[in-house]
Amino acid sequence: MQTTDQMTEIKHHAPDDILMGYATGALPRAFDLVIASHVSLCDDARARLEAFEAIGGAVLEDLDQVALAEDSLDQTLAKISGLETPDRPIVMPGTFPMPLRDAVGGDEQAVRWRYIGRGVKQCVLYSDENGTARLLKIPAGRSMPEHSHNGTEMTLVLKGAFRDEDGVFARGDIEVADTNVSHQPVAEPGEDCICLVATDARLKFQGLLPRIAQPFLGI
Amino acid sequence: MLFANDHAEETVAIPRAASDKAYALGKALRGKTVTAHEVTDAHWVTRMSAIAQDQDRKAFAELFRHFAPRVKGFLMKSGADESLAEECMQDVMATLWHKAHMYDPSRASVATWIFTIARNRKIDLLRRYARPEPEDLPWGPEQAPDQADVIALQQDTGRLAHAIAKLPAKQRELIQHAYFGDLSHSEIAVETGLPLGTIKSRIRLALERLRHSMT
Repeated sequence: MQTTDQMTEIKHHAPDDILMGYATGALPRAFDLVIASHVSLCDDARARLEAFEAIGGAVLEDLDQVALAEDSLDQTLAKISGLETPDRPIVMPGTFPMPLRDAVGGDEQAVRWRYIGRGVKQCVLYSDENGTARLLKIPAGRSMPEHSHNGTEMTLVLKGAFRDEDGVFARGDIEVADTNVSHQPVAEPGEDCICLVATDARLKFQGLLPRIAQPFLGI
Repeated sequence: MLFANDHAEETVAIPRAASDKAYALGKALRGKTVTAHEVTDAHWVTRMSAIAQDQDRKAFAELFRHFAPRVKGFLMKSGADESLAEECMQDVMATLWHKAHMYDPSRASVATWIFTIARNRKIDLLRRYARPEPEDLPWGPEQAPDQADVIALQQDTGRLAHAIAKLPAKQRELIQHAYFGDLSHSEIAVETGLPLGTIKSRIRLALERLRHSMT
């Protein structure tokens, strides 16, 4: 049915609580980036998100009216006059959906990768006390360092695929792992796997070397 | 019939708008038994199309009178003080004007669409960075969306509002707090018991139709 590459067989979807969190604006920035990117790639997630947003519309409609400034409408009309109407965006085909391109400053070619060991490369997009968003590039057939989480980790596949205990994850698929899950994703053969990974707490790597390296790498 | 015992249900004349040619919603609904809620929802859709197509300032003023006091209230409930809420509300309503051509009535009621603009603006202001948003669809309702889709979506939205109104007070307040941004995502209960499935299916269908019309 769907002909665009974006819409091919997404099998692993974002859970409802995360989508509702996005609709209400409750997610940390790193998760917002993953969800905005996932929704850009998945019509089903977009429809579910917009259904949660419909609750927000009903809440808004039901609110008590608050008095406005006396010249409120005039001020708003003045604001309108100074601005251009934005055109519908033209999305250039590429690996990254627009919200991710905005965070990176371009598509795949613009990423400034850094090796973190075992052929795995990463690029931290942003990191603050509420979480970290980063890109990971795992060589085809190789594994991510085994790690566990203190909080929630969300992984969105952008290129290639990886496999773990929960199955195979390909472009557009999202995996949400919770506290104390220890897992070791392995990139499928054939193509390097690029993922967007968001955590709301630091990852704990189990291997000795990555554990030593972790404080310096900021992951 | 939407609700067997809905007191708001009655036959109402749809206000005839000057520029409702595009969606012809009034015409489509006229003569049917509809709820007052649907009438207003349909009316706001025609006001949006008047802005998108004719830059109709009267239509904007009408939307402003209805939604601006609610948007400001939403922002104040979300923690903004009075002057910040006023300023932010004006930005939201100005965005409504500029993005009117992007509004797709087969996917959202006008209230829902305004909610998303207000939420985004609020987050940008409070956190001082532009929140990542899903990419806008590269195609949209310019070709006039399917009338039946638009009506069905607006009906579903009315049904949702009705279901929220019927919730026990505690649960309703919890949902309101979640949407004012008072709850963290781990505190949000997804089991709302609200009829979201039908809305999701409608939006999904509308998205599918849009994609097909472009390929």
